[in-house]
Amino acid sequence: MKHARVLAALCLVVTIGACRGREAVLEQQASTATAQPAPSVPQHFQIGRVATAEEVRAWNIDVNSSGDGLPAGHGTYAAGATVFARQCAVCHGTQGEGLGTFPRLIGGPKNAFNFASDPTIPKTIGNYWPYATTVYDYIHRAMPLSAPGSLTTDQVYSVVAFLLAENGIIDKATVVDAHLLPRIQMPARPHFVTDDRKGGPVFR
Amino acid sequence: MSDAPISRRTLLAGAAVGASGLLLEKLPATSPQPSPATIVPQDPSAVPGGPTTPLSARSPFENPSRTPTGVITGPAYSPIHELSGTITPSDLVFERHHAGVALIDPKRYKLLVHGLVDEPMTFTLDDLYRFPSVSRVHFLECSGNGRNGYRNPKPELTPQMIDGLTSNGEWTGVPLATLLRDVGVKRSASWILAEGGDASKLSRSIPIEKAMDDAILAYAFNGEPLRPAHGYPVRLFLPGYEANTCIKWLRRIKLVDQPNMSRDETAKYTDPLPGGKARQFSFVMDAKSIITRPAYPTRIARGWLEISGLAWSGRGKIARVDVSTDGGKTWTVAELQAPVLTKAHTRFRLPWEWNGKPTTLMSRAIDETGYVQPTLAAFEAGRGPGTDFHFNHIRTWAVRGDGTVVYEATT
Repeated sequence: MKHARVLAALCLVVTIGACRGREAVLEQQASTATAQPAPSVPQHFQIGRVATAEEVRAWNIDVNSSGDGLPAGHGTYAAGATVFARQCAVCHGTQGEGLGTFPRLIGGPKNAFNFASDPTIPKTIGNYWPYATTVYDYIHRAMPLSAPGSLTTDQVYSVVAFLLAENGIIDKATVVDAHLLPRIQMPARPHFVTDDRKGGPVFR
Repeated sequence: MSDAPISRRTLLAGAAVGASGLLLEKLPATSPQPSPATIVPQDPSAVPGGPTTPLSARSPFENPSRTPTGVITGPAYSPIHELSGTITPSDLVFERHHAGVALIDPKRYKLLVHGLVDEPMTFTLDDLYRFPSVSRVHFLECSGNGRNGYRNPKPELTPQMIDGLTSNGEWTGVPLATLLRDVGVKRSASWILAEGGDASKLSRSIPIEKAMDDAILAYAFNGEPLRPAHGYPVRLFLPGYEANTCIKWLRRIKLVDQPNMSRDETAKYTDPLPGGKARQFSFVMDAKSIITRPAYPTRIARGWLEISGLAWSGRGKIARVDVSTDGGKTWTVAELQAPVLTKAHTRFRLPWEWNGKPTTLMSRAIDETGYVQPTLAAFEAGRGPGTDFHFNHIRTWAVRGDGTVVYEATT
């Protein structure tokens, strides 16, 4: 009987001890579940590497409206007519009139800029493109559609000369180069305005 | 029209078959499949089902698809009328390409950042994965979305063909601001020029303020790497901006002090306005909404149904969507699906009891700036019939007495 009591007491102590141990573990778990806040990120992660001059040169193809990026070289109407007939007319038509879903490039009414009121007016280089430099940039980067980048610098300048002359922007004797292109005043230029809307109740 | 489709076949054959890109629209998007009824057991509870598979296929009873397909310079519309909630499944996100879908080896991928920076830098895909990333849910919308409904309205236009050039999901990538801070931008930089590595090398000028605000170099969408059609391995993602600025297959960012005036920010993606003007750099997609159910080709029955649709704004959160079931005479506030996220598709819902009489359904989105989606009349007055992009006027569905629902472009 006495043994039994001792045993029972012992069991109780062990049980309580066990309980206390579990609580202690849980308490410790709770009290130690802390962590440092994330470090503030550095300005420089030291990721990536410096590009070589050749890497930049290979992809730095853009030409802006100031003429930055235009290469040395030149183009003529006559050479442009030949390139256009061989490389461009298949989609844009021999007169640049556009075929099927391929856009018209030449012509269209120039005097009234009323594209908003009449959806049938074709937008061409002559009546809608605000910068001549864009013609060079776009042909050089993306045309012809089946083989972009396949034209030489002089060929691109020449197609530009052909398109600008056919649109009545320059005459057929004008040689097109990096000096000339940013100085050409395109008829559409004064019509372009920059979006200044900021939201709010007024529809514009 | 810049969103007119040009197929590879058209391109190769030249202009003699210039209209064939349009003809493709009539072809089925997928080859015929066995009828679901032939493969479904009479009692699915009486036989074991199929085994696990690497990828989940859709139920053979469901066949949502983009349309038209087969073009390399044109759009493929997302079936928004067959989708629920707000997230667009990756394989149904709309497409619009300028020279086809580029396929890029991630091991050879390189992003060049140069111009008005401390030093020109290149980053591999693994480099980009090392930067702190963010995941954000936003819509992506082509600025030409809505052209069919405005320029060529007809009763048999589905929500897909009216507004299917918008999609919504979770974009993951590196904040562009993080990368630009890392590279070191000179004070004189006021724009970035972003350029793709596809055959169109599409380039757009973006104000430096946007680049430093919420722009993301996105490498994942809806939890997985971008699909090739959406710019794999990296695209620029500009929340709220027209989708052509979110350059796919991004290979170059140049810090500059003036906009480039590239073709796609001058000759294209500009908005002719009444009064002899054309609006340029109209980046932000204004608030818009469309009822996607009920809509053509649905036929409804008398009694209760749910009117449901999508609303979104490139300027912030949708504050409210009103629905009219009487042609705009009265409006009811629809319930918005929570959480309403900024610059994200927002699902709206309104229970409605149709009494069997002809009527007209409309929805009107209002965003947190107070902008109200314009009526068709206001839109026509403000932009003119020949405007080219950003068609966000109220969309109208006519319910006929027989329960057919058709698009209506005159109110």
